[in-house]
Amino acid sequence: MRRIRVIPALLLHKGGLIKSVKFKDYKYVGDPINAVKIFNEKEVDEIALIDIDASREKWGPDIKKIAEIASEAFMPMAYGGGITSIEQIKDLFYNGIEKVILNKAAVQNPALVTEAARLFGSQSVMVSIDVKKHFLKGPRVYTDNGKTNTGFAPVAFARQMETAGAGEILLNNVDRDGTYSGYDTRLIKEVAQSVRIPVIAIGGASAVDDFCAAVEQGASAVAAGSMFVFQRPHNAVLISYPTQQELKRKLYALR
Amino acid sequence: MILTIIDYGVGNLSSIKNMLKKIGVDSIISNKTDDLINADKLILPGVGHFDYGIQHLHESGLMDPLNDKVLQHKTPILGICLGVQLLTQSSEEGKEKGLGWIKGRTVAFDKPKLDGNHKIPHMGWIDIKGFENSKLFTGMYDEPRFYFVHSYHLQLDNPADVLATANYGYNFAIGIEHENILGVQFHPEKSHKYGMKLLENFVKYY
Repeated sequence: MRRIRVIPALLLHKGGLIKSVKFKDYKYVGDPINAVKIFNEKEVDEIALIDIDASREKWGPDIKKIAEIASEAFMPMAYGGGITSIEQIKDLFYNGIEKVILNKAAVQNPALVTEAARLFGSQSVMVSIDVKKHFLKGPRVYTDNGKTNTGFAPVAFARQMETAGAGEILLNNVDRDGTYSGYDTRLIKEVAQSVRIPVIAIGGASAVDDFCAAVEQGASAVAAGSMFVFQRPHNAVLISYPTQQELKRKLYALR
Repeated sequence: MILTIIDYGVGNLSSIKNMLKKIGVDSIISNKTDDLINADKLILPGVGHFDYGIQHLHESGLMDPLNDKVLQHKTPILGICLGVQLLTQSSEEGKEKGLGWIKGRTVAFDKPKLDGNHKIPHMGWIDIKGFENSKLFTGMYDEPRFYFVHSYHLQLDNPADVLATANYGYNFAIGIEHENILGVQFHPEKSHKYGMKLLENFVKYY
């Protein structure tokens, strides 16, 4: 049986958790510590915590807040948002974070990826790639919460990040975020085929079957937001996670 | 009982302290020789590059007291992740000599033996079986699984030193148990109730 990581992605905004649709239309989900406690009980594989304001507001990681959240997490926790220096990364690791997620900094300063990998090991450096369809040029890598087109094609950028020292790629399709329309399996396939490091699919999941589709196209792990914090059809807040039975029967049964 | 988590500037120490606190065990995170000498139990954590770890251990000035404590006084020590790799004689990751308390080396995953589903670094959970002989797993919950993050693994000379093995593409040693010297490649502090039980057992039975 091959266990495949299933990762709730939690978005921090003004001290609370929110969930977006296509990186917009924020809906309040609840208190982050409370959410992490529930995810502990559900024995989730890993958590990705992303502060969606830290980069835009240029205030960097809120170490105190992150430490408080991480102190309740008995599973691995990755953090992203506003990271621009090795000092910040060191601070995050010291305060209970296992992995950092670099997004804008990876585009602007790939040397940070390299230096972080050299000092802390590539396994602790995740690069998140937000892909959006440009109306003329096709899929492109965006930063600033999906607002700025970097001009990079996803595959080329993923390869560059692997070379720079990234240990994992969190591959997001912004157009599918919060839509429950399933992952962008074509994108996943293209990127996963072109790098040797693990690719984590995110953006659009609504069920374990979506996880399976992503893994069949080469994803090494899967992440989701809405699926774990909302109950459909009315998107009432309800934290959930697939049962071990369902994961074993479907996801872990994949070859 | 004094449990000291050795702070040599490498890795995620507060996670270990947090989990110990959760199971009602006080611990100190310290880089002071006195805290090491006074400890009843030691945890050697670590994340990152082998050479970086060894160099920091040297720079911290803790190398001699640590050797004395573990080899002469036989104080129980649990290495975690890089911490267990440092217990071996060397690593393919770097040039520095390891602590060498355990005969064997730390080697890179043999990539040609892995199929496309087994990416490196290995990051994820593995079900662990076959450790019934170790007190570390006393009263363990059903279907224990642990979280791994690594690109290198142990290769021990003496099978008796192997705590347990697991499979990621092929079987490899996931830990060490040799008298008072213990270590695990995975992260108990990030492995939910399974890790809690393991840490509890380390405190209780060693």
